[in-house]
This record gives sequence, C-alpha cells and structure tokens, in this order.
Amino acid sequence: MSFARNLDRVYLDHAATTSIYPEVQEVMVRELGRLGNASSLHTSGRSARRVVEESRELIGERIGSRPSEVVFCSGGTEANNLAIKGLYWARRDADPNKDTIVFSSVEHHALLDPVVWLEKRENARVLTTPVDHIGRIKLDQLAQDIARDADRIAVLTTMWANNEMGTIQPITDVVEMAKPHGILVHSDAVQAAGYVPVNFAASGLDAMTITAHKLGGPVGVGALVIRREVKATPILHGGGQERDIRSGTIGVALIAAFAKALEVTTDRQAETTARIELLREKLVAGIRAAVPEAVINGDPEAGPDHRLPNIVHATFPDCEGDAMLMLLDAHGVEVSTGSACAAGVPQPSHVLLAMGFDEGAARGSLRFSLGHDSSEADIDRMVDVLPLVFERARAASLVRRS
Amino acid sequence: MRVIAAMSGGVDSAVAAARAVEAGHDVTGVHLALSRNPRSYRTGARGCCSIEDSNDARRAADVLGIPFYVWDMSEEFADEVVEDFVAEYQAGRTPNPCLRCNEKIKFAAVLDRALALGFDAVVTGHYARLEDSADGFIEMHRAVDHGKDQSYVLGVLTQDQLRRSLFPLGGDTKDVVRIEAADRDLQVANKPDSYDICFVADGDNAGWLTEKIGPQPGDIVDETGEKLGEHEGAYAFTIGQRRGLRLGVPAADGKPRFVLDIEPVSGTVTVGPKDHLEVKGLRCVKPLWCAAAPSETIECTVQLRAHGDEHRAKVVVTDDGFDVELIDPAFGIAPGQACVIYQGTKVIGSGTIASTRRAVQSEAQPERTAAH
Repeated sequence: MSFARNLDRVYLDHAATTSIYPEVQEVMVRELGRLGNASSLHTSGRSARRVVEESRELIGERIGSRPSEVVFCSGGTEANNLAIKGLYWARRDADPNKDTIVFSSVEHHALLDPVVWLEKRENARVLTTPVDHIGRIKLDQLAQDIARDADRIAVLTTMWANNEMGTIQPITDVVEMAKPHGILVHSDAVQAAGYVPVNFAASGLDAMTITAHKLGGPVGVGALVIRREVKATPILHGGGQERDIRSGTIGVALIAAFAKALEVTTDRQAETTARIELLREKLVAGIRAAVPEAVINGDPEAGPDHRLPNIVHATFPDCEGDAMLMLLDAHGVEVSTGSACAAGVPQPSHVLLAMGFDEGAARGSLRFSLGHDSSEADIDRMVDVLPLVFERARAASLVRRS
Repeated sequence: MRVIAAMSGGVDSAVAAARAVEAGHDVTGVHLALSRNPRSYRTGARGCCSIEDSNDARRAADVLGIPFYVWDMSEEFADEVVEDFVAEYQAGRTPNPCLRCNEKIKFAAVLDRALALGFDAVVTGHYARLEDSADGFIEMHRAVDHGKDQSYVLGVLTQDQLRRSLFPLGGDTKDVVRIEAADRDLQVANKPDSYDICFVADGDNAGWLTEKIGPQPGDIVDETGEKLGEHEGAYAFTIGQRRGLRLGVPAADGKPRFVLDIEPVSGTVTVGPKDHLEVKGLRCVKPLWCAAAPSETIECTVQLRAHGDEHRAKVVVTDDGFDVELIDPAFGIAPGQACVIYQGTKVIGSGTIASTRRAVQSEAQPERTAAH
C-alpha cells in the first residue's frame, strides 16, 4: 500500500515535508532488510558500514564537502541544536571571553529555541540580526555587531533560506564579514538544499544543517556538515559513532535513502527548479486574480540570491489564516499558516513580526509551497476554491471583531 | 447539515460528535483552546484546557473519521468569561462561568464563526433535549438523566441559538453514553468527568481569586453587626457558605454560622444562623428567553444553582427582568447566580439574580441587594 500521494488532495505544503521519491522509497525498503550494525567488526557489520560510507561520500560530493565532514543525525532540529550548542560550548570552553551568539530574527524554532535556551541556562549573550520587510538580514547591522564584539562572538548563524517566506540570505557576505575575525559561522540550509545550489566548501561556512525529508527523502535523518578542524561539544553521549560528535546506532536505511534523495534532487535540480518557478508564477497570478486584495510577501525577484522557487507567502487582509486553512482543507487543498502552534493554538509568527507585520496581518497569512510533483492542476484547483474560502474566512473574522 | 462538533476531549462530546456523524451530518470536530498557554497535562478532576485534552479530542475525531481543528478562543474567553468571573466576585456576587461560557463563547463566538464559515449548527455533549413545539419553536427540556441534566447551564440560550444547536445526548444516561463510547472504540470512554471550573487550577476558587485580585481585608460581623473577626478578601466567600469561616469564637447558641451577606464596598462579610438564609423572593435582571417572553404571571419552577433543587414559584415579568415569588423557600441564594425558569421539563428562560428577599431581616444588612 502506498501513501505517497493522495490524488484527491492538492498538497501545497512541500516546505513542511515533501513527497518521497519512488526510487528513494525503494532504496530505503531494501536497506531496511539488511542485517548488521554498521559499527560491528564482522562481515555483516562491514557491509552495513559500506552502505553508510558510500552514502556519506555521495552526500559530500553533492553538497560540496569532504565525506568526513558529514555528521549524520536525526534531522534538522538535532543538527541545529548540535551546531549552536556544540559550537558555543566548544568555543567558550577554549576561550571564556567568547560568550556571544549572533543569530537572525527569522530563524526556525529549531534554532531560535536552542539559542534562547543557551541565553537562559548558560548565560549566553545573544545578539539578534534584524531583517528588512522582505525578510533579508540587515548586513550593516551585522557589520556593526561584528566590529564591536568580534572578540566575544563564539558563533554566528544565519539560515540559508527562510522556511516561511523563502527569502534567501546573503551567506557569502556574512561569511566574508565573519571570517577575518575567526568567528564560526553556521547556516541552516534545510529549506535551501532542495531548491537552490548549496555548496558547503564554496560557501566558506564552518557548519551547515541539512535534512532528508525536504529533499524527497525520509523523515528522521539529516546531517550537520561541519568542517574537519572545527570542534563541537557533543549533546548526545554514547558510542561516539559519528566523529565522536554524535552518538547513536547508525541508521543505515535512513542514511542510504537520504543519499539517494540528495542524488535525485541534485541530478534534476535545474530542471525541477525551472518547472517549479513557472508553477509559482502561475500560483501567484492565480492568487492575485482570485483575491485582488491579497499581498504577496517576500523578495519579488527570482533566483538563488533572492528567494526559493517553491514558496509563495501571501497575506489576506482582514482574514484569519487558520480559518482559510480549515476551509481549503475541506476543499481538498492543503496549505500552512507557516507559524508555530502550541496545542494547535496559532501564535503569530515571529518571522512575520520581525519583518514588521502587525499581529493581524501575521494571522491573516498563508504559505503555499510547491514540490517536485506539483502540477498545474493543483494550482487550478486551489485558485478555483480560493475566492469562496477567502470570503467566508473574512466573514468569520468580521464576526469575531464585531 | 454541516455541523461543528465542539469536542472538549471528554467522553460526552466525543459520543455527541459520533451520533451527529451517524445521523448523516457532515461533521467537523473543533477543540476550543480557551487558554493562551495550555498546560501539558490534566490536573485534578478536569476535562478540558490541557494539551492532553486537545489530543484526546483529536484521537476521538480520528476514530470517527472527521476533520479536526483547534480554534483559538482564548482572547474571547479571557475577556468574556474570566474577566467577568473576577469582576462579579469583586462586586460581591457569585457568578456561574459555565453559563457565561455557553452564552458568550460556545453558542455565540463559536456558533457565529461556524455560521460565517458556512456551517449550519453546533453539536455539543450537553445533556439536554431539544423538541419541536406545535407552534414552530424549538423547546429545550431537561435531560432524561436528571443527575447529568445540564439544561440549567444552557438556560441562557435564545431561540436563534437553539435552532442552531444539537444536543444528541439528552435522551440517554451517562452510563449508556460511556458504554457507547467503548463500543465505538473511543479511548475517552473511561475518562473521568470534569467538575471544577476549567480555568481554576485544582478547584481552589478562593486561592485563585486571591492570587488574581490580591488581599482586600475586611471584617466578619454577625447578624447584629457585632465584629467577629477579619478576612483577607470578601471574594473568597459565597452566600450560604459554612466552611472556612475561621471564626475563633463559636456562636452564642452553639449553632453553625453561615455567610449571610457580602458587602463589596466595605468588604464586610455578615454571618449568622441558617434561618436567616431563607429566601422568599428574587429579583432577576438580564432576562434571556428560550422563545417569546411570557406576557403575564406564570406558575413555574425555578432552579437557582447547577444541580440545585427545583422550587415552585410565580414569575412576573418586569421592564428589565422578572420577579420571582418562591412557594418553596430556598436557602443561601447569592446574587450573580442564574435563575432558570422551567415549566415541567421545559426551559422557559433565565435571568441573573440581582437581589433576594429574605424571610428574616437582620439588623446589620437590611438591604439584601449587592450593588448591580
């Protein structure tokens, strides 16, 4: 039985997780049947280890790193935690003056929350880099912070592409600013890796987060790509399997599937990106035609220095995003409000607030995200139901405020 | 019909949703988030408002195969229910937040939102019965299970609201509902009932109010006006209350003493013997009628608190409410509580008790009216 794609549903939430490629699923199922712990010394163990190392080499090749720089873990959240805590602790232990973390105001919770945790529990000093109205970090502010506090900055982190807006950050500029001062730079490239070329070595980054399930791979595996000479204090202790930075029995099938997903993604990236960019144009035009009041947010310009090709973020004035989500769902269309939930209670997104949205506009926003198997028919069906959904959600919002 | 099933995470609302599905309605499950920062787990005898309850509701919706969403009603709930609850206690009255929630949230904010979104009605797990009357109205009646009957807390609903409501459980007992839940493989079949006010942790009303309002010391006096002691806040007392008075000296006659009156401005709490609590009549304001307002004096019964007794009475409608002449006396009735009017099992309407007329007038507090 396959759950891959329910054809009755229009799935426009690929930034949350995207469809697994059939060839990836095939690899994963095959490898799940393999007996052997990749750390065992016997023949079965070695053959499992071979799969892992071949996967590591493939991932390194596709992501522009040495194989040994790929540290497998459970996914983006773990990789971000390992990066921010591991680098901060290692740096501060070596030099107690290095007590400062610099991060952008639009980071994902998987990075924001460990930073806040370090601030509270470890007395880390935190500097937040603000963003402009399209969600791009203010480099002049960052330059000032670096000039003033270079000696104190343990680690600096800026995501490659934002998960809500799709805005791509000027990673090369950030690295250029930080490098002369010996500041370690990390980037969460979870959203970027599937849709724009990402090369670790060329970026000059010290550490980078990637995860399989945004690339057509399985949930539950990702990697922190970290330069060989950079030390990170482990957060999981045990057998020391991954470079003594990350312990835990190596998930052979997950890793093999991750590698396959990255292989397929990068093989087809140019073609997929071009196709998705066209779909995105159609989607934007469709939203504008269906709801003329809608505002499309983020960087209007396409390209790997500007925004991801697969995300459309729109604000529907005087409307509640969660009501629209519910009504679209009832019509078979699946989208996201793009914000975090506490017990399903939508909180206005910190990303949108950081971009200068007021709470109302933040609540009235939806994220539509395309993936490798999105089609024109998906967009037609979404645009078809959008006017009715918008009218009803707006009526509900008016009732609420009256 | 397209209906919203309000699902608290308890067994009643889950079975009510199941019955709505079975009746052929197009049902969408909705859990109301009433707190901005929900607790992770239930504490004490509670049945809503935690993430665990939200998950229970979701699992019930999964079993029923219906869509499920959480609606954030925390702002409305804080403004309309919690704030009112505090203000009422501060004014020396005894509010019923469950009625208030039904009036302002479940059958107002939620229902209005549902209607705007294209739904036709709301189904809940309340124990009450709705029937079509001969003259085209929807009548609300007490549930078959008198122990579980919730028509009292629904007495604030008007005809427009009743027309948009479904109460599928009113014809059954709780036992039957629990068995049905188990038969339907609903995990909540054995979940304990909730009793306390949902937003007051551990049922500690006085403690919660003290934390919210802060100490407001005042005197405790007897029915003659003699000072017996002091208290930390009049809001911690309810008329008719016997326990927790913490008076060092027993009454002269050795009989138990009860709270007779609370005077919100001075904070004076009057205590005295039980016979001083006897109430012969009530004045009620903010009337809400299930159908048309009665035009003349009606012979009826009234219920004055949740799960309270019925009292035979005569009700006369006035300009701003109604007056109640009690044939069967009532004891310990506090302003702020709801008076729900019944004829037989049928709910006629309700009002908020503004003042009471006592059988015995005490010297200390001749006016039995808390400022309204």
